[in-house]
Amino acid sequence: MNIDQLTIIKAQGGLKKKEFSSLELVEGYLKNIKKKNPQLNAFITLCEKKALLEAKKADKLISQGVKKSLLGIPMAFKDNFLTKGIKTTAASRVLQNYIPVYDATVVDKLKKAGVIILGKTNMDAWAHGSSGEASDFEVTRNPYDRNKVPGGSSSGSATAVASGMTLAATGTDTGGSIRQPASFCNVVGLKPTYGRVSRYGIIAMASSLDAIGHLTKTVADSALLLGIMAGQDKFDATTSPSPVGDYLKNIKKSVKNIKIGVPKEYFREGLEQNVKSKIKAALKEFEKLGVKVEEVSLPHTEYALAVYYIIQPAEVSSNLARYDGIRYGLGRKMFAGEAKRRIMLGTFTLSSGYWEAYYLKAMKARTLIKEDFDKVFKKVDALITPVSPTLPFKIGEKTADPLKMYLSDIYTVTANLAGIPGISIPAGFVNNLPVGMQILGPHFSEDLLFRLAYHYEQKTEFYKKNTNLIN
Amino acid sequence: MEFKVFIGLEIHIELKTKAKMFCHCGTDYFGHKPNTHVCPVCLGLPGALPVPNKKAIELTIMVGQALNCRINSFSKFDRKNYFYPDLPKGYQISQYDLPFCKNGKFLDVDITRAHLEEDTAKLAHLKLNGKEVSLIDFNRSGIPLLEIVTEPDIKNSKQAKEFLKKLTQTVRYLDVSDCDMEKGSMRLEVNISLGKDKLPDYKVELKNLNSFRFVEKAIDYEIKRQKEILEKGEKPTQETRGWDEKRQRTFSQRIKEEAQDYRYFPEPDIPPIRLNEKEIGEIKKSLPELPEEKKRRFTKAYCLSDYNASLLTENMKMANFFEGTASLAGEKGIEVKKIANILINRKVNINKISPEKFIRNILKEKTKPQIKGKDLNKIIKKVLENNQKVVKEIKKGKEGAIEFLVGQVMREAKGQVNPNQARKTLREKIKSA
Repeated sequence: MNIDQLTIIKAQGGLKKKEFSSLELVEGYLKNIKKKNPQLNAFITLCEKKALLEAKKADKLISQGVKKSLLGIPMAFKDNFLTKGIKTTAASRVLQNYIPVYDATVVDKLKKAGVIILGKTNMDAWAHGSSGEASDFEVTRNPYDRNKVPGGSSSGSATAVASGMTLAATGTDTGGSIRQPASFCNVVGLKPTYGRVSRYGIIAMASSLDAIGHLTKTVADSALLLGIMAGQDKFDATTSPSPVGDYLKNIKKSVKNIKIGVPKEYFREGLEQNVKSKIKAALKEFEKLGVKVEEVSLPHTEYALAVYYIIQPAEVSSNLARYDGIRYGLGRKMFAGEAKRRIMLGTFTLSSGYWEAYYLKAMKARTLIKEDFDKVFKKVDALITPVSPTLPFKIGEKTADPLKMYLSDIYTVTANLAGIPGISIPAGFVNNLPVGMQILGPHFSEDLLFRLAYHYEQKTEFYKKNTNLIN
Repeated sequence: MEFKVFIGLEIHIELKTKAKMFCHCGTDYFGHKPNTHVCPVCLGLPGALPVPNKKAIELTIMVGQALNCRINSFSKFDRKNYFYPDLPKGYQISQYDLPFCKNGKFLDVDITRAHLEEDTAKLAHLKLNGKEVSLIDFNRSGIPLLEIVTEPDIKNSKQAKEFLKKLTQTVRYLDVSDCDMEKGSMRLEVNISLGKDKLPDYKVELKNLNSFRFVEKAIDYEIKRQKEILEKGEKPTQETRGWDEKRQRTFSQRIKEEAQDYRYFPEPDIPPIRLNEKEIGEIKKSLPELPEEKKRRFTKAYCLSDYNASLLTENMKMANFFEGTASLAGEKGIEVKKIANILINRKVNINKISPEKFIRNILKEKTKPQIKGKDLNKIIKKVLENNQKVVKEIKKGKEGAIEFLVGQVMREAKGQVNPNQARKTLREKIKSA
């Protein structure tokens, strides 16, 4: 068993063929965590005892012939997913001792499928951030260069998957929080369509933008997990009744003659040249696969970040109001700088006298951004863009300038505003640092995104090129 | 100086649904221990999400239709953000610019809107182990709450009381709430101000009015109080006042110069609600016959006086009982008018008798041998002899005491006497004695 090359699908096979037990698998990951986590700080909470116990139980069930799709598979959960009986902090001091009384719907689904919880991963507190530096429990480091950020807010999840501390990890994506760290850490990050995966039991950031997804080594693993996590939930009124596809089964279907649009607005000033050239190279690969590539336009793209930074803090300011010190032990004094900034911004833009100028206008612009996508998807099947305008940046490089930090989300916020799905997949390396590529599609087109991503991944196999990882 | 009075009402009514507004918790919490009807949703725990209760929406629309409101085919929930310990999320889910019902008219009062929201938890301030503490009971948190807002069309306390009585009656007819003010399932706020001709730029909000009588008294007091201030050339303070029943006056509770900023925005956790004409029509069809209609029908169909018809339609139960007996009465040749009189005058407990039994009793009464003539005189003589003191008092002018003697006669005769006959004979005998 070579843990660093293992994927969920390979592990499933190994367990099935009795090449290794779930206990060996869990022990292997715990060993990796012990070795690597002190330097990378990807976990806030480890569930060692419970995980070993669950692994033994899983082995027993396997020996009894019980069939569950993820029986005995270890996973990590971002620390804003409520896990019954396991401390859940959202990486904020406000919740530093909070132990939930219930499981998030997605946690429940994965547990029922047989998943073993290794631990809870680090993140920017309340999911506010693009670098992992806003965690109240110290920064997570990029496994490809410890002086660089892993991206955020799903910083711990990306680092943990990339460095072999878990097979997969969950994430939340409100403006790019799954896709951007995935691209910084050479892993696959999926932000599903809004309403595809239940938000129940996940600490809300901005409710109209939050998407629940996951980070994996491969596209196939991503497809497998979505099949389990997706679906309508009676506890989340915004989940869609549209049927969940068999994503894994369709993944190998040819992508020949599929039309891909390249939005010109995503390749302008601000995009680092070396990132741009990786995306251009990727487009060439797609053309070799028989995919048709054409330039398209999404004219309202330039307003997306401004719109996002009005709507998102507005919802944040309301969603964080419940942490008032009455019920969760620690009060508002414990909020750190970024949360305070967003609470104040949001409170301001919702105030009477400003509401029309900011919030209402932003909602109108949001509609225009949505319409941009509706129009473009009449012409092309999917879009390809960069995920981040830059390579992973130095720890501390942008913390003094929030606006600079906010620009990290410039290519990812549009999908959240429009509610469409996006996947970030490895597209190569520049100076030994990973570069990711984003594929966007119409609502509920995850099936197509997986197919495109899978064919590209099969040709490039960047996920295997993790030799630069620290040991 | 003459002033015009402007009174608007805000009425909160807890809806009688099985489950709470946004979760599956039960609503039958009254009399139960604190925090026994709770879940992550109504406790506002991290990650919990609201899922609207369809039944509550239907009931709201029923009330809206009964108040002749326009029903919005597109409405939504909004967040009303404010801090208070009884509000676990830091915001209340309510409706802002697209309520389910708007622009109605009930009696002669314009209804601004009727919208749906969630109730808050309940605070208890008490001393525990020598320490002053505030405890929170979340059983009430998330109970569906209907808010009805009127235009400031009401002119005096009498009109306000009449409106509230009729409104309560209608809501109870619809069976959407028991409107029990003692249990808190109905809460009232009165906005009142006085102006020369048009609505002035201040208003006084009266709160914590626990009965219609208090509403009436508080309005009368306020009209007097505000008038005195205005006559001095001053302007009453914009504030919230309560009613002090002991001292029979209103008192200042909280001064609010400007409206609080609730930072409303659309509730992102609940998609907007679309209702098509058919759905709205279905709900309308499910409305029962309402009190006014029923009253009109009773006066016509049963030839009842307006007064008797109102009494018999006071609540649905009485109306149904009356109609049940009326149809039986027809078969048995009893006059419906007579049934109505008996129901009204004898204060029959309709919860303890079926219409069938009620009719049988009337038939029995009709055929019962009545004591008359000599036999009656004998009884009366005996009663007068035994109650000479009372007779003296009656002679002195205490006319009412005669009823006591009538009662004695009835008792002696085991009820087989016509009380009118007994009264008449008693009067004659006392006079001639």
